[in-house]
Amino acid sequence: MASSKTITVEVDDVSYTDDVEPRLLLVQYLRERLGKTGTLIGCDTTNCGACTVHLDGASVKSCTMFAVQADGHSVTTIEGLARDGKLAPLQQAFHQCHALQCGFCTPGMIMQSASLLDENPHPTEQEIRDGLEGNLCRCTGYQNIVAAVQAAADGTVSLDGTVSSDSEAETAGVA
Amino acid sequence: MTTTEVGRARLRKEDAHLITGRSKYTDNITLPGMLHLAMVRSPFAHAKITSVDTAAAKSSPGVVAVLTGADVAAEQGSLPNVWPITPDQKAPAFPSIAVDEVAFAGEVVACIVARSAAAARDAVELVDVSYDELPVVMDLEEAFTDKVLAHSSLDSNLSATWVFDSGEAGTGKPIAAALASAEVLIERTFYQQRLIPAFMEPRSIVVDPTSEQITMWSSTQVPHILRLILALTLGIPESKVRVIAPDVGGGFGGKLTVIPEEFITLMAARRVGKPCKYTETRSESLQAGHHGRAQVQRLKLSATKDGIVTGLDVNLLADMGAYLGLIGSGIPILGAFMYNAIYKFPAYRLECNNIFTNKAWTGAYRGAGRPEATFAIERMMDELAVELGMDPLELREKNWIKHEEFPFTTVAGLEYDSGNYEAATAKALELFGYDALRAEQVRRRETNDPVQLGIGISTFTEMCGLAPSRVLGALSYAAGGWEHAQVRVLPTGNIEVITGSSPHGQGHETAWSQLVADRLGVPFENVEVLHGDTQSSPRGLDTYGSRSLTVGGMAVLAAADKVIEKARVVAAHMMEASQEDIEFADGKFSVRGTEQSTALGEIAFAVFSAHNLPDGFEPSLDSDATFDPQNFSFPHGTHLAAMEVDTETGQVTIRKYVCVDDVGVVVNPLIVEGQVHGGLAQGIAQALYEEAVYDDAGTLVTGSFVDYLVPSAPDLPHFTTARTETPSTTNQLGAKGVGEAGTIASTPAIVNGVLDAVRHLGVKDIKMPCSPSRVWAALEEAKMTGGVQ
Repeated sequence: MASSKTITVEVDDVSYTDDVEPRLLLVQYLRERLGKTGTLIGCDTTNCGACTVHLDGASVKSCTMFAVQADGHSVTTIEGLARDGKLAPLQQAFHQCHALQCGFCTPGMIMQSASLLDENPHPTEQEIRDGLEGNLCRCTGYQNIVAAVQAAADGTVSLDGTVSSDSEAETAGVA
Repeated sequence: MTTTEVGRARLRKEDAHLITGRSKYTDNITLPGMLHLAMVRSPFAHAKITSVDTAAAKSSPGVVAVLTGADVAAEQGSLPNVWPITPDQKAPAFPSIAVDEVAFAGEVVACIVARSAAAARDAVELVDVSYDELPVVMDLEEAFTDKVLAHSSLDSNLSATWVFDSGEAGTGKPIAAALASAEVLIERTFYQQRLIPAFMEPRSIVVDPTSEQITMWSSTQVPHILRLILALTLGIPESKVRVIAPDVGGGFGGKLTVIPEEFITLMAARRVGKPCKYTETRSESLQAGHHGRAQVQRLKLSATKDGIVTGLDVNLLADMGAYLGLIGSGIPILGAFMYNAIYKFPAYRLECNNIFTNKAWTGAYRGAGRPEATFAIERMMDELAVELGMDPLELREKNWIKHEEFPFTTVAGLEYDSGNYEAATAKALELFGYDALRAEQVRRRETNDPVQLGIGISTFTEMCGLAPSRVLGALSYAAGGWEHAQVRVLPTGNIEVITGSSPHGQGHETAWSQLVADRLGVPFENVEVLHGDTQSSPRGLDTYGSRSLTVGGMAVLAAADKVIEKARVVAAHMMEASQEDIEFADGKFSVRGTEQSTALGEIAFAVFSAHNLPDGFEPSLDSDATFDPQNFSFPHGTHLAAMEVDTETGQVTIRKYVCVDDVGVVVNPLIVEGQVHGGLAQGIAQALYEEAVYDDAGTLVTGSFVDYLVPSAPDLPHFTTARTETPSTTNQLGAKGVGEAGTIASTPAIVNGVLDAVRHLGVKDIKMPCSPSRVWAALEEAKMTGGVQ
């Protein structure tokens, strides 16, 4: 086992200084050392994106970085996205559009979507699909995830947690 | 009953913690003093274990214990199969940790217990296992010949042969006569490739052995079944085991099983006396979790020249893999009743041969038997249409059960209670623009457009709501198919619903709240749904087979009705009226013909205080109900796919996908639509993307998400979904089930569409998945053999 190294990382607005093994992945540091279990591990090969977080504001897969590489940087996880007790628009949009079922891909999917909208505030449907290519979901078929990102981009998310009667009627449509 | 909740697109109660990272998946659990497990797995698909040297691993830093098969041989027993489909079914012993022989690559041969997951994995490399390699049999058809045996303990690879014959069963005519007198006979062989459920949450287990009752958290679909099997297999009193399925990140049948790692984690924890956790890597999950499908289907369909089907003969080879999993043997049999689908076939025979190979064992995967059946018959109906030069929809309509003919007893012996295939098809055609797309198809053919257009059709039904216990008994399944619920009325009038149907993403908390809010007339927000813990929810048979609403939901309603009847007695006492004069509506009991009323909440407190109750009244409104369905439910629908095939590259694109599903009465349309979307994605994935591939030596080539192609967002289209609503008549709600519909229907729709695009170029069949290379190769082969017109 290689000797440990001291790192200082700001995670969800709190600064942490820890001794870590050089081989410790960022996601393992977040989950096992900081208890940030909101960020999940779904694969070993950087394909699924469940572990997506923001490093200095841009999305990264935290299973593809060593914790030591985050030294001196700022990390935001799904647990730091809500502000002052209020959900971020994307979190609300995922709820409102039924963009999650089992919820396992959701933290990564929301973090990637946030990064996507940061780079392209008004994406087309295809741009959203392409932007989420590195994040796998097995439950939703992606349609409602795309709708959620679109809703967050369009500002049609109701931040008080209610669903508009229009959207309720649309999904309830039976001839 | 006043209905304000059923049918309403309620946003899910489950979401809040999942969108904020407060999730409770098993791998998130940390207990004091917890140790970590890692598995040593066989790299060989078939070998004798000659020695296991654990000395170096035991002295590795942080290692607490190493367990081998020999260490636990006396206690580990054999993982059970609970579905002996024939009395003479053969199965090899299935120890959690292999003792003498391994039969697939990935089988556990030792287990490391260490202070950290990293230390455990480091030590895996230090276990020195000596193997004597044995010949492997990987191909299903070759395995059926018995030239190479998958197990040296068995004298054949054949586990069981199961036959259904409509002539013998008295449900139809004999098949032989139908085939002999066929005016048209279609014979085809289809290959259901091996698939991997690929739930997003890798399986994870935590066991706490530090109190009298052992607690296991597991990422499972079936906590109740798991508890029973743990007790029976390891000889622990059932009451001394508690199983909790906390948040579970998808299952799709892949967690409808018990797994070696659950037994190993329990045995390890018991040995070291400390909590232990095991979480698999994705590669381990793909390699050693159970797989699905994996069948060869040989079919004969007889028909008259004007397109009336007269008989269907099905011969199946079903790949069990190396062992019989919990219910793996029965999966093809679940499909056996669905090959006749929505059609009025007069004669039907199915023979299923369950075969062992040196691959991961197979089990349930979304649809479980029914996608295989639906694919086969919907492909065959297209083949017959081509043979007869008929429109494939016209051919189907000629043969399907008309809406006025329900209830209809099929040639497979099931009674379909309701359906309206005409209505669903008409709606699908309208949304699809069938005639315009057919016209475009003609234009593209005439102009030799490099991108050809095909239209794929699938008119499907399925059996849901598993299952009437007597039917399961007749099929030799060891358990019943009932479901249990409890409705508790708290002193404040808030309601707790306990369901035995343990969900993993389906939204039971929301849907059950809607059911109970309506039935008891209480606000949706005042209902709490508890599940997935054998301590709070002691009875249940869990979630699979699109059973939750039609079986579990009915148990919830029955329990709520019992609450009303108990409360009625108290209401009559409080209002000094006769019970017969008490009416219940909108959460209030009133005396008929008066203004006098009492709310359920008031009665709840009166029962809690118990100061003034009728003589002999047991002071509780809490009620249990166990519901055993009398029949399956039969969702159906029409799915249409417009497929573009680039004949120069083999690239396949879904241009349009329309599905109209009839799942009966809908409790929450938002959840139903989500289930349809996800189901479609998995069915399309079988048609176009996914396949578990082994090399000849028995190594899983698609052992990571780099190679096993779970589709991502750009790989799938925007679906156009709609519904018709023909209520089921076999449950009081009229619901049918929706979890598997999309998966069952979409695979044949896509493949029929691909073939329809290139059939005029001489292509007759393409094996799934219809990848660009397969499509391109099929086009090239057609050119070589002069297929091009």
